Amino acid sequence: MGAFRCEDGLGFPRRPGPSRCRGAAEDRHAHEPRGATLSTVATILPLAASGEGNGFHAPSIAEFFPDAIWFAGTPFEINRIVMVRLLTAAVLVVVMVVAARRAKVVPSRGQNIIELGLDFVRVNIAEEILGHNAKRFVAMLTTIFFSILVFNLTGVVPLLNISSTALIGMPIVLAGWVYLMYLWSGVSKFGVGGYLKNSLFPPGLPWFLYILVTPIEALQVFLFRPATLALRLTANMISGHLILVLCFSATQFFLFEAGGALKAASVLSLGAGVAFTLFEVLVAALQAYIFTLLSAAYLNMAVEEEH
Amino acid sequence: MDSTTLAAVGGNVATIGYGLGTLGPGIGLGILIGKALEGIARQPEVAGQLRTTMFIGVAFVEVLALLGLVTGFLFTS
Repeated sequence: MGAFRCEDGLGFPRRPGPSRCRGAAEDRHAHEPRGATLSTVATILPLAASGEGNGFHAPSIAEFFPDAIWFAGTPFEINRIVMVRLLTAAVLVVVMVVAARRAKVVPSRGQNIIELGLDFVRVNIAEEILGHNAKRFVAMLTTIFFSILVFNLTGVVPLLNISSTALIGMPIVLAGWVYLMYLWSGVSKFGVGGYLKNSLFPPGLPWFLYILVTPIEALQVFLFRPATLALRLTANMISGHLILVLCFSATQFFLFEAGGALKAASVLSLGAGVAFTLFEVLVAALQAYIFTLLSAAYLNMAVEEEH
Repeated sequence: MDSTTLAAVGGNVATIGYGLGTLGPGIGLGILIGKALEGIARQPEVAGQLRTTMFIGVAFVEVLALLGLVTGFLFTS
C-alpha cells in the first residue's frame, strides 16, 4: 500500500508511472495479486492503448490507503482521509452550533434547511419507529444521521473526493455506539435475563424450534446487527468511490492517451461520471437514512414491551 | 497433435463473483419494492408505514450484495 503516490490535482490517487508502464497485452497475463480484483476492467479498456502514455489505471482498494501526510509511523498518523474527516467534523460542528445560536422563532433560510433535517429524523424516523419511546433516542439518532450524511457527502465534494465513511473505522464507531446503546437500554429496562429472554426466545414457537432459532437470534443480536450496519455503509461508499474513480480516470485515459476516434468516448465516460456523482448524492442521503432507520429499529426491538 | 490457441481468457475468476452476487439481491429488491408498491396502491393511507418497513427490508437485502463486493476484495489470491 505504501507504493502509491499521493494524488493528482483532482484528488484522485494515481499510481506511480514507471513501475506500472505495462501495455494491455502484458497486463492480461502478468497479474499482481493486489491489482487482480478489478483488473478485468483494465483488460477491456486498454485494447486501444497504443503503447504511449501509462496505459489505463484501474482503480483498486489501495485508493483508500493513501500515504501518511503527518506523523507517519506513529499511531496518530494522518493521511488524506483522516484530514477530510477532521475537516468535515469541524465544519459540521461549527454549522450546527452557529445554527443553534442564531435560532429564532421566525427562521431564516439556513435555519429552515437544518430544521427540515432535524424534523425529518424526529418525525419520520424516531417517532415512526419508536413511538412513545422516541424522545430518549432522538438526540442520538439525529447525531448519527447528520454525521453520516455529511461524512458521506464528502465523497462528491471536489478536492476532497473521498467519503470518510469509506474506511471501516468510522462506521465501526457509529455501529458500536448503536450496539452498546441497544444492549444497554434493553438490559436496563428488562434486566439481563429479561432482555435475553425477549430477544433470544421469540414467543409462540414450539419448544424444539428454539434449538434452531436461539443460536441464530443470538448471532443476530450480538454479531450480525452491528457488523452489517458498519459493513453496509462502508461497502456502499467504497463502491461509489470506485465507480467515480473509474469513470473519471477512464475519461482522462480516453482524452489524453487513447488515439483517434476513441477520444469521443471520453464524452461518454465523463457523462457517466457526472451522472454517477449525482447518484452518489442520492446514495449518501439514502445510506444515512437507512443507517438511522435500522438503528431506530434495533433500539425499538430492545425496548418495546411484550406483544 | 498441435492445438492452436485462438483465444485466451486471463484474469481471476473471483471477479465474476460480484456479478453473481448481485443476482439474488437484485431479484429480491425487485420483489420487495414491487410488493411494497402494491400494498401502497391498495391502501394509500398506510403508505408511510409501508415505506419505512420497505426500507428496513431493502437494507437487509442490500447487505447481501455488498457482502459480495467486500468478499471480492478480501479473497484475492
